[in-house]
Amino acid sequence: MRTPFIIRFLQATPKSGWIGLAVFAAISLVLLPMLHLLVPAGSLFHVSSYAITLIGKIMCYAIVAVAMDLIWGYAGILSLGHGLFFALGGYAFGMYLMRQIGRDGSYQSDLPDFMVFLDWKELPWYWTGSDSILWVLVLVLVVPALIAFIFGFFAFRSRIKGVYFSIITQALTFAAMLLFFRNETGFGGNNGFTDFKRILGYPITAPEMRVALFALSALLLMATLVLGRYIVTSKFGRVLAAIRDAESRTMFLGYNPLYYKLSIWTVSALLCGIAGALYVPQVGIINPGEMSTANSIEIAIWVAVGGRATLIGPVIGAFIVNLSKSFFTQAFPEYWLFFLGALFVVVTLWLPNGVVGLWNQIQETRRAAK
Amino acid sequence: MSILYLHEVTVSFDGFRALNNLSLDIDVGELRCIIGPNGAGKTTMMDVITGKTRADRGKVMFDQTIDVRRMTEAAIADLGIGRKFQKPTIFENLTVFENLELAMKMDKRARTSLFAWLSHDDRDKVLGVLRQIRLESESERQAGLLSHGQKQWLEIGMLLMQDPKLLLLDEPVAGMTDDETARTGELFKSLAGKHSLVVVEHDMAFIEQLGGKVTVLHEGSVLAEGDLATVQNDQRVIEVYLGR
Repeated sequence: MRTPFIIRFLQATPKSGWIGLAVFAAISLVLLPMLHLLVPAGSLFHVSSYAITLIGKIMCYAIVAVAMDLIWGYAGILSLGHGLFFALGGYAFGMYLMRQIGRDGSYQSDLPDFMVFLDWKELPWYWTGSDSILWVLVLVLVVPALIAFIFGFFAFRSRIKGVYFSIITQALTFAAMLLFFRNETGFGGNNGFTDFKRILGYPITAPEMRVALFALSALLLMATLVLGRYIVTSKFGRVLAAIRDAESRTMFLGYNPLYYKLSIWTVSALLCGIAGALYVPQVGIINPGEMSTANSIEIAIWVAVGGRATLIGPVIGAFIVNLSKSFFTQAFPEYWLFFLGALFVVVTLWLPNGVVGLWNQIQETRRAAK
Repeated sequence: MSILYLHEVTVSFDGFRALNNLSLDIDVGELRCIIGPNGAGKTTMMDVITGKTRADRGKVMFDQTIDVRRMTEAAIADLGIGRKFQKPTIFENLTVFENLELAMKMDKRARTSLFAWLSHDDRDKVLGVLRQIRLESESERQAGLLSHGQKQWLEIGMLLMQDPKLLLLDEPVAGMTDDETARTGELFKSLAGKHSLVVVEHDMAFIEQLGGKVTVLHEGSVLAEGDLATVQNDQRVIEVYLGR
């Protein structure tokens, strides 16, 4: 008898994985929100809004890291332009946030401040419908995925691989950054979008709103992990690994690598877009800096630090790197980039499989010792 | 009945004729050995049949009616032509079982793979091939950890999973021990009849064991054809091999 799809989908994540997710859910959906909302600010157990925002932000990064791992770790395609899809999702949702400001901006106009500043009289056509959250959510899902699909189709059909592919993705995000820096593009130029006030009419800085966005990020991260687990344990995932290891052999077996690569590439971009949309209201700003090449490279570093071709690795990597980043940039701001560089060197030289690889190695040595 | 028919196929690389009016006819169920000195065009011939290289002229007919010259590698594989490369190409990071599973004859589209599920029959089929290639005990082992000879067998097993009508085997016993070579020979002989096989080899003892018809290629065309003894006594073949 055939097992129903939903059972198979859930079975892809092992029991230990579900326990881990349950613990994570209890902490992120119940414990931390309660400590933030119910415990008074002076108490030792109070979780500050800074901490909630920081962790919420890192969870969005973690989603991007898992998305990156799906194509880099499992399909062997290194993208150095994933920041673009993240930023596009952010910009799409940012349009809605700008419209929600209404007439509370500095110029008390219906138009976003930067448009008044440019002396524009009406919204450009592509802002049509940006006051509707449903339409904007459609944009969040469709725009990054569609751009990834079109770009991926031509790149993979031309059999562009390895470092050439990486360089082209890097160029793509750089070109987009230059485009978004222009005021005429209609996305706020180098200032981007900021000064958000509301979502669905509720103030964006209210603790409840902050917790809601935090919980959504946590839920999406968990969903990404479960989906990722299903993909990589399915036959589709094994074909991806096969393409990574010996592409010509998969072709002689009758697989067309184009659609495999294109599918996972598009899914990866889609996840980045959603993560970007959740990120922007939490940090309160989106500007073209998100599309800088350094940002996209940093995503690859999170994955490398945590461990490629494991799903939990990128999540751990995103937390390690970003927690150190917020510590360093406060304590020793000048040294952050040195630390990041050193971390990358250490991982490349001694931890080819990242932190998760190190953990597995320790476990094995221990087992061997017994 | 011919399964594969090459008619006056010519392939040139920068003026060098790798294949020169090559004609060849393989019968259904036949076990054919192809020999020839280096540069005779053996690998190029396989490239042309599998769509990796395009023929400049000539016809390549599969199963009498299908001209494969304009088809992609994947489409040709789909027709039932399986190819083993000189260097074993397997999926090193997957297990032996998974290697065979991916090779199974089935819908290979991305969206089907996402929902594909291994049925009992599929599992039995993989186990059957595992027995044939004597890798039952290695089923869960990572393929990259196999010995060279075992990797060769795994690749042959992957071809068998596709249930191909025609198997093209490029130096299948290279790097195998004598014992492994002999067992590979037995395997091939047991496959002939059900499948058609084209074996490119240098190992004369192995070709003798296989016992089929032998074709000698030289400078891109057929020099001699017949059973091994006839071919070995052919004056022109001796000249080509021993030098003029």
